[in-house]
Amino acid sequence: MSRIETLVNGVLDGDRRALARLITRIENRAPDAPAALAALFPHTGRAYIVGITGAPGTGKSTVVNALARTLRAQDRTVGIVAVDPTSPFSGGAVLGDRIRMTDLAGDRGVFIRSMANRGSLGGLAAATGDVVRALDAAGFDVVLIETVGAGQSEVDIARTAYTTIVVDAPGLGDDVQAIKAGILEIADILVVNKADRPGAENTVRALRATLELGHRLRSAGHHGPLLDQDDAPPEPALDLWDVPILKTVATERSGLDELAGAIERHRAYLSESGLYEERARQRVQAELATRLREELLARLLDERSPAAVAGVIERILARQLDPGSAVRELLNGT
Amino acid sequence: MSEEKIRVLVAKPGLDGHDRGAKVIARALRDAGMEVIYTGLRQTPEMIVEAALQEDVDVIGLSILSGAHMALVPRVLELLRAEGLADVLVLIGGIIPDDDVPALLELGISGVFGPGTNTDDIVRHITATLGARQ
Ligand SMILES: Nc1nc2c(ncn2[C@@H]2O[C@H](COP(=O)(O)OP(=O)(O)OP(=O)(O)O)[C@@H](O)[C@H]2O)c(=O)[nH]1
Ligand SMILES: [Mg+2]
Repeated sequence: MSRIETLVNGVLDGDRRALARLITRIENRAPDAPAALAALFPHTGRAYIVGITGAPGTGKSTVVNALARTLRAQDRTVGIVAVDPTSPFSGGAVLGDRIRMTDLAGDRGVFIRSMANRGSLGGLAAATGDVVRALDAAGFDVVLIETVGAGQSEVDIARTAYTTIVVDAPGLGDDVQAIKAGILEIADILVVNKADRPGAENTVRALRATLELGHRLRSAGHHGPLLDQDDAPPEPALDLWDVPILKTVATERSGLDELAGAIERHRAYLSESGLYEERARQRVQAELATRLREELLARLLDERSPAAVAGVIERILARQLDPGSAVRELLNGT
Repeated sequence: MSEEKIRVLVAKPGLDGHDRGAKVIARALRDAGMEVIYTGLRQTPEMIVEAALQEDVDVIGLSILSGAHMALVPRVLELLRAEGLADVLVLIGGIIPDDDVPALLELGISGVFGPGTNTDDIVRHITATLGARQ
C-alpha cells in the first residue's frame, strides 16, 4: 500500500495522526493530496458545516469552544478548523485560537486544527474546503470553521458552511463598519457575545435595525457562475429565514443552548424550504469555477515564458497594448 | 505548487505566571516564515502532545520558568513516543540551570535556550536540524 493509501485508510478508521498528516499534505498541496481527496470524497457529505466569523476579538474562539462543549453534551463529535491570516511579510503566522479551546483537551470526540490562510485571496485558506472534507470523511458530525471577518473571507465561509454565525460584541464601535463589510448579508444567525458587558442591548438594537433595512440579500434567482438562466433548474427557493439575534456570554457558556437550537432550526429550515439542495448546487458551481480558474491560469502560465508575460505587462504600462487585447494575445500564444 | 511550512507548537507548561518570553519566540518564528500554534499558559504534558498531534507540528517549543522541567520534560517525551511522534523536535526555553542541560539533551531534547538567547539562533537551530533530515 502506498503512503497516501495508508493515510486515507487511517482517516477512515478514525486514526487521528493519519488525519493530521493528511491535512498537512492538503495544506502543502502535496502532489499526492488530490488522489487522497478523491478517495475520501465518497465518504463525505455527512457532517453539518457551521461557519463562525466576525471582527477580531469579538470572542469567536470562545464561542466555538462553548458551542463544541454544548454539541458534545448532545453526544455529537466536533471537528474544528480555525483560520488565521498569514503574515504578508514573512509568510509565517501566529495561530492563537487554541488558547480559548483548552476546555476541549482530552476529548477524543473533538479534533482542532489551526490553519494559516497562506495568503489566499479569499481570506479563507484555499485548502480550507478540502480540510473540512477530510474532517467530514473522518466522521465528525459537525465541523466548525472559525475565520476573522475581513471582507471576502466571509463570503467564502458562507459558501463552505451550511449555517453561518456572525459574532459581534458591544463596545467595538464598529457596528456600521461591519455592515459596510457586508458581513450581515451572510449571517444566518447573529450573536452578540460578551453580553455581560455594558452596551449589549445597544448592539442588539443596532443589528436589528440594520437587518430590518433589508441588508440580507440571499436572493433567489442567482444561479452562480457556470450555468446561465436557461440551463439552471427552475424557480429557486426564496430565502425567508428570519435571522435570530442571540446574546451569549461565551466565557460562562451562557446562551449556548439557544445558539445550538438556532443552528438546528436553521438546518431544518434549509431542508424543508429546498434551500439546502439549492445551496449545495451553488457551492459545487462556485467551487468548480474557482478551481477551473486556478487550474487554467496555472496551465497557461506553465505554457508561456515568464519573459512573454513580463513583456505584455511592460507594453500595457507603456500604453501600447490594452489589457483586453493582452489577454487575447496570451491566450492565443502569439 | 507544493509549499511546505515549518509548523511549531509553542506551549507554556506548568503553573507559573507570564508568557511574555513565549510570545516573543512565537513572533520571531513567524517572522522567519514558520507557522506557530500558540497554546497559552498552564498546559499539561497531555494537552501539549495532543495539540502537537492534531496540528502535525515539526517542532515543539516549551517555555518553562517554574523549575519543574525535570518533571515535565520526560513526561512530554514519553507521551510523544507513545503517540508515534518521536520525530518531533523538542526545544526548551526559559530558566534552566546549566547543570540540567546535559541530562535534558540526553533525554532527547534537541536544544535548550536560556533567557539571553538571540531568537535568530533558535531559528537557525530549527532550520538546520530539520534540513539535515531531508
Ligand atoms: N467579558 C467577556 N469576555 C469574553 C467573552 N467571550 C470572550 N471573551 C474574551 O474576549 C477575548 C477575545 O476572545 P477570543 O475568543 O480569542 O476572540 P476571537 O474573536 O476568537 O479573536 P481573534 O481570533 O483574535 O479574532 C478573550 O480575552 C476572551 O476571554 C464574553 O462572553 N464575555
Ligand atoms: Mg479566535
